[in-house]
Amino acid sequence: MLKIVVCVKAVPDPEKADQIRIDPVSKALVRADVPLVLNPLDKNAMEAAVQLKEQFGAHVSVLSMGPPPAANVVKECLALGADQGILLSDRAFAGADAYATAYTLARGVEKIGSYDLILCGRASSDGSTEWVGPELATLLDTPIVTMVEEIIEYGDEWWKVKSGLDNGYRVVRVKLPAVLTVTRELNTPRTLSFSGIIKARRKQISQWGIDDLDIPEQAVGLKGSPTIVSEMTTQESTREVEMISGTREEMAERLIQKLADAGFLASS
Amino acid sequence: MTTVEFRHGPVWVIAEQIEGRVRAVSFQLIGHARKLADELGAPVEVILLGESLDEPAQQLIAAGADTVYLGDDPDLAFYHPEIYTEMIVRLAQERQPEIMLIGSTPMGRELPALVAARLRTGLTAHCIDLVLNENMILEQKVPGYGGLISIICPERRPQMATAARGVFPSPELDTSRPGRVAPLVVPKEIPHRIETLEIVREEPEGVPLESAAVVVAGGAGAGDPGGWREIQGLARVLNAALGSTRPAVDEGWTELETMIGQSGKVVSPELYLGVGLSGELQHMVGIVGAKVMVAVNNDAKSPVFEQVDYGIVDDCREFVPVLIEKIREYQTK
Repeated sequence: MLKIVVCVKAVPDPEKADQIRIDPVSKALVRADVPLVLNPLDKNAMEAAVQLKEQFGAHVSVLSMGPPPAANVVKECLALGADQGILLSDRAFAGADAYATAYTLARGVEKIGSYDLILCGRASSDGSTEWVGPELATLLDTPIVTMVEEIIEYGDEWWKVKSGLDNGYRVVRVKLPAVLTVTRELNTPRTLSFSGIIKARRKQISQWGIDDLDIPEQAVGLKGSPTIVSEMTTQESTREVEMISGTREEMAERLIQKLADAGFLASS
Repeated sequence: MTTVEFRHGPVWVIAEQIEGRVRAVSFQLIGHARKLADELGAPVEVILLGESLDEPAQQLIAAGADTVYLGDDPDLAFYHPEIYTEMIVRLAQERQPEIMLIGSTPMGRELPALVAARLRTGLTAHCIDLVLNENMILEQKVPGYGGLISIICPERRPQMATAARGVFPSPELDTSRPGRVAPLVVPKEIPHRIETLEIVREEPEGVPLESAAVVVAGGAGAGDPGGWREIQGLARVLNAALGSTRPAVDEGWTELETMIGQSGKVVSPELYLGVGLSGELQHMVGIVGAKVMVAVNNDAKSPVFEQVDYGIVDDCREFVPVLIEKIREYQTK
């Protein structure tokens, strides 16, 4: 049976994330009360895992690193069909950059045990670096294909997948165990079902801290991060806006006149 | 011959070629690396992997490289994660670069992470500026939370960063610049757990974003696929390239290739029209040097109206069809 680990992230709700802003005076983040949700592309990774489970039979573990409220996101994955949920949570993990995150997740994967496949969303909606998948693969010495938009062939040892390029794609053969980061094109994530939520109630979420992973404090969180934020600033615009008003038709005509005056529109 | 002692390790650029042509972003990064290297008093070294690249290697020297490490082998013709990573990591361990820059391309969304994890160093994605501070540490600027965040990698080396095409200007080529090409050999004992079977390139439809004179960008305000089609219609009547924000891509109305901004494309049109978008810095940093900027959005308080020349407060789903009709009228007048 396939053993799959899905790595997910609890992110500030993308619809409300713009409430978290840099204060122009203090240059510190204004913390709005934005709820944590499952990172959108991780839904595609979860969906892929559940489809594989339905098709071939698989044991699906969900692994996330985050603060205690991130447990809700792990719970959601259990309701979507995961068999086991693990939250890596510890004060020492806070402030991790991509490298320290990948390092901590790698130790989590090793504690789960052997695996055939690790699935991640291509990027998180808050960080958008796309680094955690490939760094995790490297730290586990596992091959990786990023931007997977289709799984073409499932062999015993080698899988064939389609990976996106700018204006095109490549077809790649990869040897299992492997890490795949997935795109939105891969599938349409299912919505939570009532029976799934009921079943998930009986599943336990394990919370592992730094002692459970048996790793030194200087390897994780802010201390284990090669990069740090040195400064945050707000930006001033150099343009002076002219607001165009009037009825809808007037605004359209006035804008067209401005564009024509600037040489962008020609009449025949 | 005298040997020069450098206080800092070299500034590196990992160049990228497609079918033997070096991508524009690689030249732009070499141009910027030259500036950083001159401030540091360090050389610029460029790594170029591919096949039949003697002439491109000379162009990289003309762009500012002191040394081009050239891997020229059929196995390197297309990006191969295992081979490329191994070659770059080995050379980095030997040369100890201070800085390593890579373009934000599909390769640049994966390879730098594979290298950074092997070298156990930091890596910053999609920078919109890279400057040395008073301690000669690279401040890697990325937009976020409505402002600009500066990230540094204070202790580990190299300091690694990616930037998109258009963030830095293309350097003037000086064919009289001296420089050397040093060959790199493909290592034999690489695991080969990944194999590229086929590469398919599709011709992009419509006007390419990066070179378009007029760009119409749509955002979440389009509301639904119907609203998005109206924005597409506006782009067509203006003979413009169509761009987007991340929310529009996430909604599935358009492809990732159309995304403008920090983690997408950088455009420098004469005219930019932002429709149904709020003007988040992550998007706005993708528009560089536009002559005229226009925004249409239903929220008068959205930050986009502080960043454009002309603003219209209206629901774009209502306004755009009227604008299209009026433009058609004007064009046939």
